[in-house]
Amino acid sequence: MADEARIGAARPTRSLGWAIVLFLVLPITIVVPVSLTDQRFLSLPQDGLSLRHYINLVQSADWLSSVAQSFVIALGSMVISVGAGTLCAIGCWRIGSRWSELIRVLMLVPIIVPTIVYALGLYRLWVQLDLLDSYFGVMLAHGVTGIPYVVIIVSTSLASFDPRLEQAARNLGASVPYTLRRVILPSILPGVISGSIFAFIHSWDELVLVLFIASRAIFTLPRRIWDGINEHLDPTMAAVATALVAVTAILLILDMKVRRQRSE
Amino acid sequence: MTASTIAGAPRGRRYFFDERTAYWLMVAPAALLMAAFYFYPLVQVLWISVTEPKPGLGNYAQLFTSASIQRTIVTTLRICVITTAVTLLLGYVVAYVLVHASPRAQRWLFLGVLVPLWISVLVRAFAWVTLLAREGLINTTLRDAGLIDQPIALIWNELGIVIGMVHYMIPYAVLPLYANMRDIDARTISAARGLGGSRFYSFRRVFLPQSMPGIIGATVLVFIFSLGFFVTPAILGGGKTLMIAEYISLQILDLLRWGLGTMLASTLILFIFVLLAALARVVDLKRLFGAG
Repeated sequence: MADEARIGAARPTRSLGWAIVLFLVLPITIVVPVSLTDQRFLSLPQDGLSLRHYINLVQSADWLSSVAQSFVIALGSMVISVGAGTLCAIGCWRIGSRWSELIRVLMLVPIIVPTIVYALGLYRLWVQLDLLDSYFGVMLAHGVTGIPYVVIIVSTSLASFDPRLEQAARNLGASVPYTLRRVILPSILPGVISGSIFAFIHSWDELVLVLFIASRAIFTLPRRIWDGINEHLDPTMAAVATALVAVTAILLILDMKVRRQRSE
Repeated sequence: MTASTIAGAPRGRRYFFDERTAYWLMVAPAALLMAAFYFYPLVQVLWISVTEPKPGLGNYAQLFTSASIQRTIVTTLRICVITTAVTLLLGYVVAYVLVHASPRAQRWLFLGVLVPLWISVLVRAFAWVTLLAREGLINTTLRDAGLIDQPIALIWNELGIVIGMVHYMIPYAVLPLYANMRDIDARTISAARGLGGSRFYSFRRVFLPQSMPGIIGATVLVFIFSLGFFVTPAILGGGKTLMIAEYISLQILDLLRWGLGTMLASTLILFIFVLLAALARVVDLKRLFGAG
């Protein structure tokens, strides 16, 4: 938008806009003071701050094992989504035919179809393949549902990549794998990293599929939080929530750094 | 070798595959994974809905006969319509302010819109439980201040669900609205103002019509996401107000009624695709979902 043509929003509208953004952010921050409460129930600190709920958390074998499981699963599914998604985005971008366009459109389906619908079908398939309640089963499910996000993010990166660079490399005699490794991948790396972070969080935060295809052996963090909210609501939950918010903030800062690098 | 005539004949080492095949091979892993582990199970859901417990459309007949199914569908539609309307209104204001803000203010507003998007949906729902529950922070604060005797029922009902869902959906409304408003030529507003139109008149007659594609896109996006939403409604509804996603999970996980569950799941996706097909006539869907 041309700067001289900008008309600022009227003051009441502007205040309302900021108020709505505060409505988005502030309720989430409530978990921080609650996690520091000295009481045994969900409340604000009464007589002083206490770290007991954090101590509870780090001493709980259940919570720690869930964190570890979620981490391993998110990492594994990230590898699947990023590997398959990046290659697919590059291939479709280079082919640029009606068929590759169709594939890119089909990739949007998992974003549109509610997870609950997919979860039913996946449960039946996992019974047949004997993948229920296994690391590999959950990784594969999260990996496959993460592919669309990676394809979208990497495709966006490719849109601003000059295809003539790729052609120049090819004309100078570079093979397809060599061009991919030395010309295309380095220039879309920020997009791939962005996609990786997104794929990781997608799995890290996924609940519905896990409810269906896992039971006792695989008990991811979202599942334990879900049980916690439904069964024993206590400040340990707030400590977990706070820790998660902190981790998200770190990842977000990381992502912003990457994006800034890309724009420079 | 059509590919090599496009890109120039590769010299040097020869490969077993020609170039075009190589690129299709890159597409293959994702395509095969999606076909085997996404689309195949999805088709199976449709299949089960017409084969279990016995072949035929018996499961679908329950849409017209079962009172509890009809109640769930009506509740779901009501909550989704209210959520979408409130979300759109609030999202529109945020997008409008965003588009007209200084670059500095814009950065902060964007951060405020995007941060919640990254925070676990369970954490967000839990935060709302902490605030809205009977013994939650809002009720205890109001009671300590002497404003109420009895806790207000803010949660475990439709109100709680709508609050949580609106909070979740606003960023999804802001992004397409903002993308659309950014493309509106500010000079058209300046012209309207210069010709003597009041601020509100210029907005209503010049800005609002130009932001219609964004409004339509955001509406459908939010409505569709709301329809199949599970986590937030399940937590903030407290099992008392059932929306369709929770109803389906109940049928399958607790009652093992596969025919009924898959029938509802199939109905849900058919409904969504009909909506999208109708929408495709009005706006560019690929752009809306970020793959344009």
